[in-house]
Amino acid sequence: MALDRVWVFLEVAGGKAAPAGLELLTKARELGSTVEAVVFSPEAEQAAGDAGAHGAATLYAASDPAYTEVLLGGPAADALAALVEEHKPDLILFAMTQDGRDVAGRLAAKLGVPVVANALEVAADGAVSVGSSVFGATLNVTTALEGGAPAIVIVRPKSFAAEPSGAGPAKLVPVAIPVAEKHRRARVVDRTAEVASGPKLEEAAVVVSGGRGLADPKNFELLEQLAGAIGNAAVGASRAVVDAGWVPYAMQVGQTGKTVKPTVYIACGISGAMQHTVGMKGAKAIVAINRDENAPIFKLADLGVVGDVLKIVPQLTEEIKKRKSK
Amino acid sequence: MKVVVCVKQIPDPNTTGQLDPSTHLLKREGVEVVMDPGDEYGVEAGLKLVEAAGGEVTIISMGPERGLDAVRKALAMGAAKGILVSDESLRGSDALSTARVLAATAKREGFDIVITATESTDGYTGIVPQAMAEILDVPAVTFAKSIELDGDTLKVQRQTEAGYDVVQATLPVVLSVTAGVNEPRYPSLKGIMGAKSKPLDRLTPRDLELSGVGGASAGQSITAVEPAPQRGAGEIVKDDGQGAARVADFLAERKVI
Ligand SMILES: Cc1cc2nc3c(=O)[nH]c(=O)nc-3n(C[C@H](O)[C@H](O)[C@H](O)COP(=O)(O)OP(=O)(O)OC[C@H]3O[C@@H](n4cnc5c(N)ncnc54)[C@H](O)[C@@H]3O)c2cc1C
Ligand SMILES: Nc1ncnc2c1ncn2[C@@H]1O[C@H](COP(=O)(O)O)[C@@H](O)[C@H]1O
Repeated sequence: MALDRVWVFLEVAGGKAAPAGLELLTKARELGSTVEAVVFSPEAEQAAGDAGAHGAATLYAASDPAYTEVLLGGPAADALAALVEEHKPDLILFAMTQDGRDVAGRLAAKLGVPVVANALEVAADGAVSVGSSVFGATLNVTTALEGGAPAIVIVRPKSFAAEPSGAGPAKLVPVAIPVAEKHRRARVVDRTAEVASGPKLEEAAVVVSGGRGLADPKNFELLEQLAGAIGNAAVGASRAVVDAGWVPYAMQVGQTGKTVKPTVYIACGISGAMQHTVGMKGAKAIVAINRDENAPIFKLADLGVVGDVLKIVPQLTEEIKKRKSK
Repeated sequence: MKVVVCVKQIPDPNTTGQLDPSTHLLKREGVEVVMDPGDEYGVEAGLKLVEAAGGEVTIISMGPERGLDAVRKALAMGAAKGILVSDESLRGSDALSTARVLAATAKREGFDIVITATESTDGYTGIVPQAMAEILDVPAVTFAKSIELDGDTLKVQRQTEAGYDVVQATLPVVLSVTAGVNEPRYPSLKGIMGAKSKPLDRLTPRDLELSGVGGASAGQSITAVEPAPQRGAGEIVKDDGQGAARVADFLAERKVI
């Protein structure tokens, strides 16, 4: 085993460890002999079970309520720097989320160590190296990090599967580093969730996504109805319609949005720009509905239907309902 | 109020980029270059802030001489002054070096707000703003999708995985903006003419009293580049009224209905 100590920056929400962090813990088991997690949240201790079950021997729990009252980047980077000094990890993995990027970017600058983002693969063979893809996933690039420890790597969610190791809860080590006064200059005063009820985009078996081909924001209802008929399905979107204000960013799939790997991805009125396909081409199967037979999305669809999405989607919803009622 | 906006000149995102096979650096020769479209939102955000609160926007950029075009475009949009940090040694800089250079430039200039995009369209590393904020020892108010200024308090809707947070911060800060935060203006003819007489400075790392930045000190290097395996196309059918039924069959085969 190449590395001694690998850390994972874990996020918690609603008393549960975020799946992206558990994916990283699973990968970390291959990379280092000691795997540990660090959490900054008043709910930190509630993650000990999940973290342990995915390979963390120790959970460093910084549970000061102030961590949810301020922007996490500054204070978490400060505390992590102190913990790094004490425990000397070789590698710290972050999920490519908003907070993950904020903390990792500040920590790298603070420690003067290299940081690589957009990782899809991580290997440790003497040095740490990272696999990522560029130019709309047409090229795979390997980058070696050689500028001192710890190496900091920011990994795109869904790059690895989360698998339990069978171990018990992680040993809790409370972190009592106070949040410095200067960090209170940037406070989080309100939080709003915009995602619809039902399964999450990253977890649903089927993702039904809509693009500009839907012609009108209200036609997203057709996709909601289709997702409802399917059952374990969530609705996603292209950036074109997110930027146009039709649906919230939380629904965006692609390079600058979420990565999804459902059993089936259904692209409705989406052209298939590479910045979009980067976020969905890991699906087990892809269905595309588009009226332009030359749309690039058909190049990667397992089943492509050339036709009007506004006609086909409602027919499909009815067809599924009919089959399910039999 | 002093607003510093970072802009980057990048290969036209409508063309597929290429890496130089020997150096593994981005090929810049013979490629159309443009101001990163993400940075247009940053320039617009900066101009809106000074239009409301008074003051000036300074544009800063690090990159080859050709980067001047991006700075000029921002001046034509309405910024007061531009600075390009350019030096052969900076070629191959990593995110950390870039952040050190930009932070030193912003500090030299003085600022209440430094604005960047959330990620560059060519590299999309997305950590330069946070690294700059750490070096400057100020908060990084990131992923802004709306911006309001009330005295010296900045109120921002910050995009999150699930929706958005409302963040309030007192200046000075580094602010990163998303696409959709505003509608960037086009430079007017008058703006383009006026830009020619605006101050445009060139700096080197030496002027910024920086050492150990640039390609030679990058703590990372690309060791391999290969084509990514592509998914093949499957069955394509024309909808003749049976398209929906065919999709339903497919979903049933995959056991999701
Ligand atoms: C830095 C950067 C990052 C980006 N990140 C992302 C990202 O994360 N996610 C993302 O999605 N995009 C991203 N983009 C944008 C991307 O390049 C495309 O512009 C976007 O994906 C296009 O969205 P669209 O397919 O909905 O729209 P369009 O490209 O306009 O396609 C609409 C499609 O609908 C079809 N259509 C129209 N009417 C009908 C009808 N009645 N029935 C059937 N089909 C119909 C048309 O034939 C067309 O193919 C990014 C771009 C950049 C530069
Ligand atoms: N060389 C540069 N010159 C000016 N601004 C830059 C440069 N590199 C990055 N930035 C700014 O930082 C943002 C994030 O960049 P990155 O972290 O490289 O994805 C960009 O969108 C720019 O606003």
